[in-house]
Amino acid sequence: MIQEEEVDLLLNDLFEVYGYDFTHYARASLKRRINRLWTLDKFPSFAELRYRVRADASYLKRFVEELTVNVTEMFRDPLFYKTLRTDVIPAFASKPFIRIWHAGCSTGEEVFSMAILLKEAGLLHKALLYATDLNSEVLETARTGIFALGPIKQYSENYRLSGGTVDFSAYYTAQYGYVKFQDELAARMVFSTHNLVSDHSFNEFDLILCRNVLIYFDKTLQDRVLTLFNDSLGPLSYLGLGAKETLKFSTIQTTYKQVGAEKLWRKIG
Amino acid sequence: MAENRIIEGCKVVVIGGSTGSIDVLLQLLPTLQPPLPFALVLVLHRKNTADSTLANLLALKTSIPVREVDDKDPILPGHIYLAPADYHLLIEQAGTFSLDDSEKVHYSRPAIDVTFESAADVYGPALAGILLSGANADGTAGLRAIKRAGGTTVVQQPDTAQVAYMPQQAIANAPVDFVLDVQALAQFIGTGRV
Repeated sequence: MIQEEEVDLLLNDLFEVYGYDFTHYARASLKRRINRLWTLDKFPSFAELRYRVRADASYLKRFVEELTVNVTEMFRDPLFYKTLRTDVIPAFASKPFIRIWHAGCSTGEEVFSMAILLKEAGLLHKALLYATDLNSEVLETARTGIFALGPIKQYSENYRLSGGTVDFSAYYTAQYGYVKFQDELAARMVFSTHNLVSDHSFNEFDLILCRNVLIYFDKTLQDRVLTLFNDSLGPLSYLGLGAKETLKFSTIQTTYKQVGAEKLWRKIG
Repeated sequence: MAENRIIEGCKVVVIGGSTGSIDVLLQLLPTLQPPLPFALVLVLHRKNTADSTLANLLALKTSIPVREVDDKDPILPGHIYLAPADYHLLIEQAGTFSLDDSEKVHYSRPAIDVTFESAADVYGPALAGILLSGANADGTAGLRAIKRAGGTTVVQQPDTAQVAYMPQQAIANAPVDFVLDVQALAQFIGTGRV
């Protein structure tokens, strides 16, 4: 088990040597991830773990990737997507151009879900989906549009519960235990690394989705990121968070109004 | 104070359970007298659906406030907290909850081990962990962590559990302070009155 002071040492190294700042990540989860890696990669002592992180840039890549959680699914929380369909996307119909930002998109399952919603609303051709993550590795996966076949049955059910009416398999072709989603969907996506801790706003958006990312941050960093989103959202645009995340108690809450019962807010100020 | 009030000085009680544990809680909760001097945290293996039926069901059985945890909620004595479906529930040094949607542990999210280990890290001797009925080995490693940190470990008496496997695993593989039936559990987390 790693000690608090050792976590501090490691985080300090990551910042000093590589410029990654994890100091405002929620500590309990971070500590658990470091312990998990310590066990997984069989380091005999903390000193050896620390040395490897400091000295081996290729290991660093693995370390950062494993430190952050990359769990996602398509149409995660189907009722959230249903509300996007009925209450959010129709507001985009009259716009000449639609910009959406998936912040912390991981392997991209939710980006493809959004592209499907836009296609079904007849708006995909004028939309651009910016998908960013801290890890370049997960973005490589996302870019291919290729996902494991295993969870597709669950995704298909999620899709249906989100109000989807066509046969979900129309969106992909299956081969050798994998599915590949239509190129038409990926054609409207732009993938790029972006670190919510240190990078700035890069555009103005009609919708920002950042789901189950803020839970890994402490209050201070949550506020920083929400301010970044606020600076990146135009008038009457939308912000969507994860099922257990909220704008309540944040510094930007007064200028946002919740849409229905889901974790979706519209900028009113 | 009576001798059988075995969680004197306890700040947090975490109860973990799987199959057959909800029935036990429905019997336990009505016996709790407010105000609870500690925070009671429930980590139950449950279906991955984000509805509040379970919290509502439990709330019917007690006048103590029951809350399904949101990210960064503070942990306050006198409250009952339920781990939300599809997230691991962790505890920060500052006495707040944090949530984590990382890989399942023992095919479960929330996993009992994750909360037990995290709570042990923060509360040490001021923590009691109780493991109920279930068909899974989750909770055993967590009880070991609680004991290592000086806390109290309790397991439901296996022959009173709907599914004995989980408590049996814990008894065989972790240092367990008390093995209690439902009646004795009620005394343990209650006010000490029989």
